[in-house]
Amino acid sequence: MTTQTRELRRSIKPPFRWQRVVLYAVLVAFAVLYLMPVYVLVVTGMKSFAEVSLYRMWDPPSGLHFDSYAKAWFGSEAEGFRGLNVNFMNSVYLTIPATILSAMWGSINGYILAKWKFRGSNVLFPLLLFGMFIPYQSILIPLVQTLQKINIFGVRLYGSIPGLILAHVIYGIPITTLIFRNYYANVPTELIEASRIDGANIFGIYRHVLFPLSLPGFVVVMIWQFTSIWNDFLFAATITSNPEAQPITVGLNNLAGSYIVEWNVQMAGSLIAALPTLLVYIFLGRFFMRGLMAGSLKG
Amino acid sequence: MPRLNWERVVSILLIAPAVIAIAVFVYGFIGWTAYASLTKWDQLLPDFTLIGFSNYQKLFDSSTLQGQRFQIDLRNTVTFTLLFLIACLVIGFLLALLLDQRIRGEGIFRSIYLFPMSISFIVTGVVWRWLLNPGGVELGSTGVNLLFDMLGLGFLKTGWYTDPKIGIMAVAIAATWQMSGYTMAMYLAGLRAIPYELREAARVDGASELQIVRRIILPLLQPVTLSAVIVLGHISLKIYDLIVAMTGPGIGFATDVPAYFMWDTTFRGNHFSRGAAIAIILLVMVAVLIVPYLVHSIRTEAEL
Repeated sequence: MTTQTRELRRSIKPPFRWQRVVLYAVLVAFAVLYLMPVYVLVVTGMKSFAEVSLYRMWDPPSGLHFDSYAKAWFGSEAEGFRGLNVNFMNSVYLTIPATILSAMWGSINGYILAKWKFRGSNVLFPLLLFGMFIPYQSILIPLVQTLQKINIFGVRLYGSIPGLILAHVIYGIPITTLIFRNYYANVPTELIEASRIDGANIFGIYRHVLFPLSLPGFVVVMIWQFTSIWNDFLFAATITSNPEAQPITVGLNNLAGSYIVEWNVQMAGSLIAALPTLLVYIFLGRFFMRGLMAGSLKG
Repeated sequence: MPRLNWERVVSILLIAPAVIAIAVFVYGFIGWTAYASLTKWDQLLPDFTLIGFSNYQKLFDSSTLQGQRFQIDLRNTVTFTLLFLIACLVIGFLLALLLDQRIRGEGIFRSIYLFPMSISFIVTGVVWRWLLNPGGVELGSTGVNLLFDMLGLGFLKTGWYTDPKIGIMAVAIAATWQMSGYTMAMYLAGLRAIPYELREAARVDGASELQIVRRIILPLLQPVTLSAVIVLGHISLKIYDLIVAMTGPGIGFATDVPAYFMWDTTFRGNHFSRGAAIAIILLVMVAVLIVPYLVHSIRTEAEL
C-alpha cells in the first residue's frame, strides 16, 4: 500500500462507535434467530422423557439424556414404531455410490464439453442444463413405470436402492457436467497443447493433465451431490414404497407423521437425519459455497 | 469439414451416454407425461385412450372439485412465491450489506446464516412444525407463541399454519429460514466484486450511505438479484418436501400447492392423467422462468 492510499484510508471517517454497536447487535440478533430451531432441536433431544413438555419447549434440559436419540435410532417395539437406523444405513448405501458415480460421469462429460467441442455442443449444453431445473413431477410417472419394468439379473429397480441410485445419477448429470465443464474450461489450452506434442491422445490428456488437477472439482461436485441426494425426498418417497429400502428423509417423515411418536423423539430423529450434511457443511463449507454458486450458473 | 479422426469419434462416444440418458429420461419422459395428460388413465393400470385436453379443462373449471383445489393451489403458489422471494431478497441483501462492513468474525456469522441450506426440507419442516405449533387456548401456547408470551410480545401470537388465512405464510417463514442465507451469500459475492474506490469516490463527493446503496450498489447488483429471483423462484414453484413435512395440504387446502396436488392425486388417488396434466402445467411455469435465463446466461458467457 502506498503512502497516498494509506492517507486516503485513514482520511475515511471511521464509523461512530454506536453505529458499530448497532451493526453487531443486528448481526447477533439474526444469528440468534437462525440458531433458534437448532437450540430447540438439540435441547429437546437431550431432555429426559419426564421433563419433555411442549409448554416448556424453551427451557434448558436438566442434564444430558440420550434416551430420545436411542429411541429415534432403534425405534420402540412396545409402542410399535421403527427406528431410523435402517433408513440411515439405506441413505449411506444410496448416497455414497450415487455420489461417486455421478462425479465420475460428470467429469468425463465436462472434459468433452470443455476441451473437445463439436458441432452442436453449444446447443447441447443448455439442453442438458435444462434438466436440472425441471420439476421432477414432470418425469415421475414415466420413471416409476420404467423402473417397474426393469429387472437386471434379479435386481428390481422399482422400490430398491439401485433404482434410486440410477435416478440420482441420471438426474445429476446436468449439475455435475456444468461444474466440471466450467472447472475444466479454466485449464489453459497451452497445457493440453504441450501434452499433445508429447504424444498424448484424448485419454492421455485426461489422465495426465486434467484428472490430476481435478481434486477441487471433485470435492465441489461430490459435496453437492452428497447433500442433494442425502436430502432428497421426492424420488425416495416415490420410488421406495418398501420400508426396508427407504432412505432417512422418508423414515423421518414417517416418524414425524406418526401420532404415537413423542415430539422429542421426532426432534432427535431430525438431528440424526441432518447430521451428515451438517458435518460436511461445517468441515467443507468453502466447497459447499462453490457448489452453490455453480448452481446459479455463475461457475 | 475437418477430417473425421478417431479421437473425434471417441469424444462423441464418451459424451453419448449422457446425451442419450438426458434425451430419454428428461425429454422422452416429459413427452410421455405430456401424452399421458391427454389420456383417460384414471386407475392403477395404464389406459392410453386419448381424450384431448379435458384433464386440463377440469383443472381450470371451478365447478369441479379438482378445479377448485387447483385454483387454491395456484393462489397459494403466488402468495408463497411473493412472500418467500421478497423475504429472502430483503434479508439476504441486508445481511450481506452488514457483513461487508469489515466485521470481526464475519466467517462465523456467514456460516450461521448459511447452514440451514445444507439441511433437508424434511428436517426443516419437522422442526418448524413444532416451532409454529400455536398450542391451545386452554392448555397454553407452545413454540414461537410461547416465546412471544415469555418476551411479553403476546399480541404477536397467531395460529400460524393452523390458521387457513395465513397458513401458507407460516410455510414461507420456514422456507425463508432455509434459503435466505443463500441470497446473502450471492449478494456478498456481488458486493465484493464492486471496486471499493467506486463507493469511496461517491462518499468523497458527499453522497450519504443510503444514496450509495440506492444509486450505486443496488443497480450494480441487479444481475445478482436476477439470478436470485430465478433460482429461488423455481425452487418456490416446485416446493413440495417442506409442505409434506410441515403441514400437508391443510384445512381447506390452505397450504396445498400444485406439486403436492400432483403427487397426491397421482400416487395416492391413482388419477394418473390428472397428475400428468398438473405436472405439465408446473413444468410450463418453471420453463417460462428458466428458459429465457438459460438462453441469456449461455449467450453472455459466449463462446462456450
